[in-house]
Amino acid sequence: MLKLPIYLDHNATTPMDPRVLEAMIPYFTESFGNAASRNHSFGWQAEEAVDYAREQVAKLIGADPKEIIFTSGATEGDNLAIKGVYEMYASKGNHIITCTTEHKAVLDTCKHLEKLGAEVTYLEVQPDGLVDLKVLEAAMRPTTILVAIMYANNEIGVVQPVKEISAIAKKHGALFFTDGVQAVGKIPVDVNADGIDIMAFTAHKMYGPKGVGALYVRRKNPRVKVTAQMDGGGHERGMRSGTLNVPGIVGFGKACEIARTDMAADTERISKLRDKLENALKQIDESYVNGNPAHRLPHVSNISFKYVEGEGLMMGFNKDIALSSGSACTSASLEPSYVLKALGLGDDLAHSSLRFGLGRYTTEEQIDFTIKAVTDTVLKLREMSPLWEMFKEGVDIDAIQWAHH
Amino acid sequence: MAYSDKVIDHYSNPKNVGTLDKASKSVGTGLVGAPECGDVMRLQIQVDDATGIITDAKFKTFGCGSAIASSSLATEWLKGKSVDEAVKIDNMDLVEELNLPPVKIHCSVLAEDAIKSAINDYRKKNGLEELVFEERIH
Repeated sequence: MLKLPIYLDHNATTPMDPRVLEAMIPYFTESFGNAASRNHSFGWQAEEAVDYAREQVAKLIGADPKEIIFTSGATEGDNLAIKGVYEMYASKGNHIITCTTEHKAVLDTCKHLEKLGAEVTYLEVQPDGLVDLKVLEAAMRPTTILVAIMYANNEIGVVQPVKEISAIAKKHGALFFTDGVQAVGKIPVDVNADGIDIMAFTAHKMYGPKGVGALYVRRKNPRVKVTAQMDGGGHERGMRSGTLNVPGIVGFGKACEIARTDMAADTERISKLRDKLENALKQIDESYVNGNPAHRLPHVSNISFKYVEGEGLMMGFNKDIALSSGSACTSASLEPSYVLKALGLGDDLAHSSLRFGLGRYTTEEQIDFTIKAVTDTVLKLREMSPLWEMFKEGVDIDAIQWAHH
Repeated sequence: MAYSDKVIDHYSNPKNVGTLDKASKSVGTGLVGAPECGDVMRLQIQVDDATGIITDAKFKTFGCGSAIASSSLATEWLKGKSVDEAVKIDNMDLVEELNLPPVKIHCSVLAEDAIKSAINDYRKKNGLEELVFEERIH
């Protein structure tokens, strides 16, 4: 029996795996100690649990446990990494390179630093969403201290050529930071093979709890340091003060362990469902898949259905299916997705997009239901769309003088 | 954001979706909005030349549920009204009837614009002077 509503917004957050919850529970009540309490067994127990989780987290990304700094999540990690490098390496330079499709936590942090004197280059991406390596190389300066490019994009799921990007950064003596939120736990990420110096990621995108994340900070070749952004007790090697969220960290560790052991099987199953969904929806006239299909997360599909508007589209099924749209109407700003616009998509296609984010608990039955619901709604709304009618009559919609507000 | 029951009702069962013959002298067509803005409304009225009464109204809308509901409701209100009465339909009446939240008020503004644009199209076709409306800030 199909249970509604169906959750297809796993890029926003994921449900917690029951195995994660089970691991966490004792650390709320019985083993509630402060991991920084060095003088009694409550503290020792908490510290031991944190150390174990640190190993689990490190193992997932091929890091040393000492290189893991626990944070409250990836927004904090992005801030700490970029601001921390900017401060720590101020004597070396003030230039940062990032790209226009980054998460706001990266873009707005860079904008903040610009006010403080940083020079930031925002690379445009290619129409498939990937960074052009030649453009990156050309943007490198002697004063470049950091290249900040996300591992995989949250809206369209494209996976950047991280190895090549890190090699360019290294060649020019800059550090490479990546926002790994969408990639870690979903596809193999190895900080050494990928040449990553700093990486932010978070538990709640990989079936762990909200409010806990990690910043990977390389300790060897090169030894990287970031200036702390919060003053306090000097926890986490002095880079992030604040009492550790022990139950959250335990859950994060467990989530990383499960991600590592189940990744291959999850990916195989989920990517098949994603492909089934995408292939079915591509059958609809004038539908376009956004982003490079070959370099993409296995669970994401972003599709524009031309001549229907995304929010109107979602309204047709949002009591049964939860997903996101790049439409303006889903945001307070009335601007359509800046990521889709950065691909060079017209605003009309950006307004017409849906993001499908599948997950560990997505079933084939749910996908079949979704295919039908989305297809029916697109067809119904097109019957109601003046643009569809014009398109069918051969009117050149782009040639019309629209009254812009 | 939760939609009001009335918006959901108009979205699920839109009234008067369709097309009138835009070449006809007794039909006024208003096409407002822009694809880039995520809203395009086309609203058409059929006017009885003898009485000046709107005998039919049709719409097609590209936009969110509130935009669809605003245009659907507008066509309902237009039918049976005289052109002179129709001019007086205010976007805030639509907002009130549909319980639109502040972020969706622009949908009602667009519907009002579509009505006025359709009326002016009709007037132009029939040799009448176009009405001048106060410029709105959307």
